[in-house]
Amino acid sequence: MFSFVVSRVLQAIPVMLVVAFISFAMFAYVGDPVSIMLGQDFTEAQRTALVHNLGLDRSFLVQFLTFVGNALQGEFGLSYRLGRPVAELIAERAPATLELAFCAAFIAIAIGVPMGVYTGLYRNSWLSRFFLTFSLIGVSLPTFLIGILLILVFAVNLGWLPSFGRGDVVSLGWWSTGFATATGWKALVLPAVTLGLFQLTLIMRLVRAEMLEVLRTDYIKFARARGLSNRAINFGHALKNTLVPVITVAGLQLGAIIAFAIVTETVFQWPGMGLLFIQSVGSADIPVMAAYLMLISAIFVTINLVVDLLYYAVDPRLRVGRRGH
Amino acid sequence: MAAPLLEVRNLRVEFPTRRGILTALDDVSFSIEPGEILGVVGESGAGKSMTGAAIIGLLEPPGRIARGEILLNGRRIDALPYAELRRIRGREIGAIFQDPLTTLNPLYSVGQQLVETMTTHLPITPDEARRRAIGWLEQVGIPAAAQRIDAYPHEFSGGMRQRVVIALALCAEPKLIVADEPTTALDVSIQAQVIALLKTLARDKGTAMMLITHDMGVIAETADRVAVMYAGRIAEIGPVRQVVLHARHPYSQGLMGSIPPLDRRVERLAQIDGSMPRLTAIPPGCAYNPRCPKVFGRCLGDRPDLMDAGPTQAACWLYDNV
Repeated sequence: MFSFVVSRVLQAIPVMLVVAFISFAMFAYVGDPVSIMLGQDFTEAQRTALVHNLGLDRSFLVQFLTFVGNALQGEFGLSYRLGRPVAELIAERAPATLELAFCAAFIAIAIGVPMGVYTGLYRNSWLSRFFLTFSLIGVSLPTFLIGILLILVFAVNLGWLPSFGRGDVVSLGWWSTGFATATGWKALVLPAVTLGLFQLTLIMRLVRAEMLEVLRTDYIKFARARGLSNRAINFGHALKNTLVPVITVAGLQLGAIIAFAIVTETVFQWPGMGLLFIQSVGSADIPVMAAYLMLISAIFVTINLVVDLLYYAVDPRLRVGRRGH
Repeated sequence: MAAPLLEVRNLRVEFPTRRGILTALDDVSFSIEPGEILGVVGESGAGKSMTGAAIIGLLEPPGRIARGEILLNGRRIDALPYAELRRIRGREIGAIFQDPLTTLNPLYSVGQQLVETMTTHLPITPDEARRRAIGWLEQVGIPAAAQRIDAYPHEFSGGMRQRVVIALALCAEPKLIVADEPTTALDVSIQAQVIALLKTLARDKGTAMMLITHDMGVIAETADRVAVMYAGRIAEIGPVRQVVLHARHPYSQGLMGSIPPLDRRVERLAQIDGSMPRLTAIPPGCAYNPRCPKVFGRCLGDRPDLMDAGPTQAACWLYDNV
């Protein structure tokens, strides 16, 4: 077990190095920071001094290693646009995105899994047909359209929920949470539903397909022949056997939710990392973009590791060598 | 004669399909006495497994019982609501399936599966169930049962898994076991062991068994009576010795005749010419008439029911008015 974790962490290192390299390459190829920072009016001496201060006159390898070394210490330089440390900017924005992402993932799993089980068990009921039709909408409508439609109905027409922002937040040390206030919760509903809807329908369809597969197996038939209750068969024996693929997809989707909250955050003006990123793209703020890229990669790598560990928890066949034959 | 434990009367199972209704079982009647082992033999597709599935109420939809009744201890069980049927399964009728590699849930330890089955049916605590589970594993011949109880199915060999399946089928102390080809998927060397185990346990517990197989050797060694099935009907039923040594129905004669003799060399193995008709193309009259060496006029038009043919009953016009 321990050696497995160590080997996975070691495998993550080259992945992160490649990502770091791509992030670093942006500095060299996307715009020229020197001309951006100097503005219109400068002398050659000023330019040389700035190039020297930024370390741009050193060799490529040294620059890259310096970048990686700084990144390891959470040091990504100053934002060109805001003139503040990038790490600080991201730390400020991360709670908003993470809270939104986890709410969306929670909605997707807490509703998607039961719906998948239901549609798998009662294939021909009208409710299953309704869920399937509904899921088709969720899979095929683009996120921004869903967001705008939700705003139209619940914010503009009905006036029940706010259409933008995060509501009132409470600071807990460096973490600012919207969970502590009523306005925070209300502001969370529409963006979380928007972001979670696609994942919900995806998980529902996946669980349904897996359930249909598992319910045909001999061990389910044998469980019925043993006279176990429907509940034990459907939610114990059957659902547990669908979990490995569901965990895989749910894990990847959680990463995707965090990384691609950009669209939802833009629609709802949600003050998270995605919004920060899109604003940075607009003004070629490379340090922020590079740091965002590396952070998202780190999140994906971590989630994949957790998913692999969950396989072990769910499926005893993977725990090879723990017991002798 | 004591009341039969299981009685199947005029059972007819149909499969509605797009091209009309297929009759998979037609007018099947037999009974099993308490503690008796009834062997059911026949070619693939003869309806052996279908009969077993109908008894435990596990016909694959859209298959359905169209006519007839199934009685357990005199009580009809073929039309019970699910909740009551569930209490019979495992508790009164245990089942053993063909392939032990697929009948155990891979994600539950064998102990969990045993405990779950017992606590579902018997008024015992999980601790007591676990204690009994170890006892059952010992009885079915799993070495070091107390340590192996927490092992998962993939940690057992095929033969050992089938022993676990047998323990699962017996652990809620049913009065009847439906064993559907319990040794077909096993190595030949293991088959005899598993059959011997089944026979011993059934005798010890006084459990009746419906043993479905196409292995005549298994039947000859194990069963008290044997039913020969052909094209969804029972062709002959009677005491095992009579059917094996002095079969009355031409199909049973052909079946027994095709067991290769061990005491002399033969140029060519005996076989029955032709093959069993598909469900869509069962001929009128006796279903066996195209292959029967003793076919005569009546066989082509009228379908024979079981009739007394000496010590056995055969569905054959040869024995009409005997």
